Amino acid sequence: MNIKLKVWRQKSAKEKGKFVKYTLENASPEMSFLEMLDALNTKLILQGDDPVAFEHDCREGICGCCSLYINGRPHGPGEKTTTCELHMRSFKEGKTIVIEPWRSRGFPVLKDLIVDRHAFDKILIAGGFISNEAGTAQDANSILIRKDKADEAFDSAVCIGCAACVAACKNASAMLFVSAKVSQFALLQQGKVEAKQRVQAMVRKMDELGFGNCTNTYACEAECPKGISVTNIARMNREFFGARIGTQKS
Amino acid sequence: MIKLDSKIPEGPLTEKWTNYRSSHKLVNPANKKKLDIILVGTGLAGSAAASSLGELGYNVKVFCFQDTPRRAHSVAAQGGINAAKNYKHDGDSVYRLFYDMIKGGDYRAREANVYRAAEVSNATIDQLTAQGVPFAREYGGALDNRSFGGVQVSRTFYAKGQTGQQCLLGAYSGLLRQIGKGTVTMYSRREMLELVVIDGKARGIITRNLVTGELERHSGHAVVLATGGYGTIYYLSTLAVNSNGSAAWAAYKKGAFFGNPSFVQIHPSSIPVLNDYQSKLTLMSESLRNDGRVWVPKKKGDKRPANDIPEDERDYYLERRYPAYGNLVPRDVGSRAAKERCDAGYGVGDTGLAVNLDFKDAIDKQGKKAIENKYGNLFEMYEKTTGINSYEEPMRIYPAGHYTMGGLWVDYNLMTTIPGLFAIGESNFSDHGANRLGASSLMQCAGDGYFIIPNTITSYLADEIRTPRIPVDKPEFEEAQKTVQEKIHKLLTINGSQTVTSFHKRLGKILWDYCGMTRNEAGLKKAMGMVEELEQEFWRDVKVPATANELNQELEKAGRVADFFELAKLLVTDALNRKESCGAHFREESQTETGEAKRDDRNYSYVTAWEYNGENKPPLMHKEDLKFENVEVKERSYK
Repeated sequence: MNIKLKVWRQKSAKEKGKFVKYTLENASPEMSFLEMLDALNTKLILQGDDPVAFEHDCREGICGCCSLYINGRPHGPGEKTTTCELHMRSFKEGKTIVIEPWRSRGFPVLKDLIVDRHAFDKILIAGGFISNEAGTAQDANSILIRKDKADEAFDSAVCIGCAACVAACKNASAMLFVSAKVSQFALLQQGKVEAKQRVQAMVRKMDELGFGNCTNTYACEAECPKGISVTNIARMNREFFGARIGTQKS
Repeated sequence: MIKLDSKIPEGPLTEKWTNYRSSHKLVNPANKKKLDIILVGTGLAGSAAASSLGELGYNVKVFCFQDTPRRAHSVAAQGGINAAKNYKHDGDSVYRLFYDMIKGGDYRAREANVYRAAEVSNATIDQLTAQGVPFAREYGGALDNRSFGGVQVSRTFYAKGQTGQQCLLGAYSGLLRQIGKGTVTMYSRREMLELVVIDGKARGIITRNLVTGELERHSGHAVVLATGGYGTIYYLSTLAVNSNGSAAWAAYKKGAFFGNPSFVQIHPSSIPVLNDYQSKLTLMSESLRNDGRVWVPKKKGDKRPANDIPEDERDYYLERRYPAYGNLVPRDVGSRAAKERCDAGYGVGDTGLAVNLDFKDAIDKQGKKAIENKYGNLFEMYEKTTGINSYEEPMRIYPAGHYTMGGLWVDYNLMTTIPGLFAIGESNFSDHGANRLGASSLMQCAGDGYFIIPNTITSYLADEIRTPRIPVDKPEFEEAQKTVQEKIHKLLTINGSQTVTSFHKRLGKILWDYCGMTRNEAGLKKAMGMVEELEQEFWRDVKVPATANELNQELEKAGRVADFFELAKLLVTDALNRKESCGAHFREESQTETGEAKRDDRNYSYVTAWEYNGENKPPLMHKEDLKFENVEVKERSYK
C-alpha cells in the first residue's frame, strides 16, 4: 500500500516545530506502525535527510515507550492497543495519516515525536511506593489477601506509564495514572500503613507539576492501552478525602 | 597474566553464604555516605541493587538509556519468578531448586553461585510481596504457583503473563523512594560508552547524554553493570530493540573477561517471523506449555488448517520424544525439537517454519474462562500481532533468540576480573550454565540486586574508605573520553550508502544460520569469515545521519552494531572452541544416536573466560574448571 503521512518535525526543545508531508510506497498491511516508520526512516536516511525521531523499545506493548498521537488519538485507532501493537491493516490506503507527539504542558517535546515524561517519575517519587527495605519482609504467605482484591490490585498495577491518559484528556489531567498507583496499594494490605500520606503527597505533586483536574469525560479510560478503569479515580478521591479528614482529626 | 580465582568460600555448600555474610568486612554508616557507587542499567537487577545500596547509605549514581528506569527490558518477562518456598507441598527445597538449575544448565555452572541463588530466592518473594507486587493468589488468599519447563514441582510465582513488569515496578518503586531520600541520583537518557580504569581499578564511566549528545564523566569507588544480555546481536530476538551489549563490551576491552559467550538461549515459543521488514519477535511465555500441547502434522507438507487435521494425524512430538516431561521440556530441548521437525518438512504456516501450540484440550477440560485467567494478555498479544484468535485455533510458534547465559565472568563476589567492577543479572555469566530454566532469570536478577551485591560490594568497599572522591580530570578519564569521541567521529564521517539497520540484519542472519540453535565447525568457520567481511564493509559504507551534538538515534544504533561485530567474532570463537554439545550449545558433531546433546565432561567441564588481547588479535582463553561435589554429574535426560 502507498501511505501519505503528515509528521510533526521539531529539531529540539528550543526550536519551533512544523508538520512535514511524506509519502511511502510499497508499505504492507502486515507491517506494524513502527515498522512503517522504520521504512520511512530508511528512505529518509538514504536520501540524506534526518530520520524522524520517535521513542520505542520493547515493541510488544509493555515498556510504555511509544507515545504517538495518530489521527487525533493517543496510540491511534484500536481498543487497548499501544502504537507498537498497531498494524497498517488498520488504515485505509490514500488517506493521510497525521502523527504528532503527546501534547501536554507537563511533557515538553525533546525532538520530533519524543517528549519528556519525567513528570510521572516525580509524582511516584512523592509517594508511589511501600516503604519496605530489603531484608525486612516477613514470609510472603503471612499476609493473606482475598483473590478478588489481589486481582483488582493487579488490574490497577498494569499501567505502563505511557501517558496516553494525559494526552487524551482535554485538561491534561494525570488522574488516571496517579489513581492507578494509589489504588494498587490501597487495595493491598501491605499498602495500608502509608495510605494517607501516599495519596496526599502524590496528589500534591501532581497539582504542583501543572497537570489538570478531572472533569469526568472518561477519555483517559477510552484511550488507555491497558484498559485501566476510571473507578480508580473514584477510589483515589475517596482515599484523598478520607485522608484529609483523618489528618484534621489527628 | 591474570589467574582466574572464583573466590568460593570454604566450608560445606549449605553454609558458604551464611558464613560469608557473617564474616565479610563491613563499612560503618558514616563512611558509606563518602563512598560513590556507579550503577548502570535499571532492570530488575539494577533497580533492586540501586534501592538496596541506597538503603544501606551509599551514594549511588544510577544510569539508564531509557527516559525512565521503569522501561528496562525486565518489564517484558512474562511467565514468572521461581522460589523454593514449597508452598505447594510438592517436595521442593533449596537443594532441589539448586539441583534443577545445575542439571538444567547441563553441568556448566558453578555450584556455589547456583546454590546461593536458590538460597536467596525465598527472601526475594517475601521482599517483592511486601513491596506490593500483586502476585496471583488462590481463593484462600495465599500465593499461587505454577509449573515451568525442566522441573517437576510448581515453584513459579506469577502475575498473569506480566510477572516481569510487576517485579520491575516493585523494584523501581524502591529505587524512586531512594531518589526521594537523596541517596540515589538518577541519570536517565544516558548511555555508558566507556569504562574508566585507574591503577587497575574500575573508577568511572563515560556516558553520552542522549538528548544533547554531550559526553559526561562520572567517577565512583566501584562500578556495577546491570546492563542485561546481548541477544539483540541476532537482530531479530524477543528482546527490546534497544537492548545491547556495548557496556559489557567496553568492560571486556578494558580487561574484564567474558564468560561462555556462545551460550545463547533460543526460546522455543515466539511468534514466528512473518515477513522481511519485521523488527522484533514477540515471545509467547513458556508458561503456555503448562496447558498448551505442541504438535505438527504427521504428514509432510500437510497444508490443511490445523482444526481440520484429525487427532490421529497429529504428531505431539514433545510428548512422544520426552514422555517424562512432555510439553514442559527445557527450552533448549524444545527449540531443537521444533527445528528438527521443521527442517524435516513437517512445519506449518506459509513458511513451514512454525509448529502448533494447541489449547483445545485445556479449554475443553478447564473452560475458556480458566485459560483466559491464566494467559489472557498473551492471547491478546498474539491476536494483535497475527490477527488469529487462539481460543479457536492453535497458536503458531517458532524458536527465537532470547537470553544470553554467557556474559562477563564474575567470581563469587559477582566481581569481574577488573577490581571494583561488578556485573549482576543477565550481564554476568554466573548462574545458568549452558541453558537457563524458565522463571529463573527474574529470580537471579532480584537475588543479585537485593541480597547478594549489597554484601559483596560492602566487602570490597571496606578497603576503599581511605580513598577520597575520585576527580574526573584525571588523564584516564581524558583518554577514555577521547576513545569515545574518535569512534563517534569515525561513524559520522563514513557517509556511505547503507543504513545501520541493514548491517545489523545481515549480521543477525549470519549468526542465526551458523551460530544459532545448532552449530558445526565448517559453518562456524564460514561465519567468522562472513562477519569479518561484513564488519569491514560496515566501516567503509555505513551511513549515519546528522551530528553528534543532538538527539541522534541512528548514531546510538551505529555504536551498538559496531560493538556487535566484535562480540560476534568472540561468540563464534567460543562456539568453535567448545567441540562438545551442552545445553543450548549444540555442536552437530557431538550428538547421541537419537539426536540429543552429547556432553564431553572429560574435556569441557569448564567455563571459558576470554581475555581481550588488543585490536585484531585473537583473544586469550582461560579456563575455570568446574567441580561438582554436591551433585552427581549425569547425562541430562528429560525422557
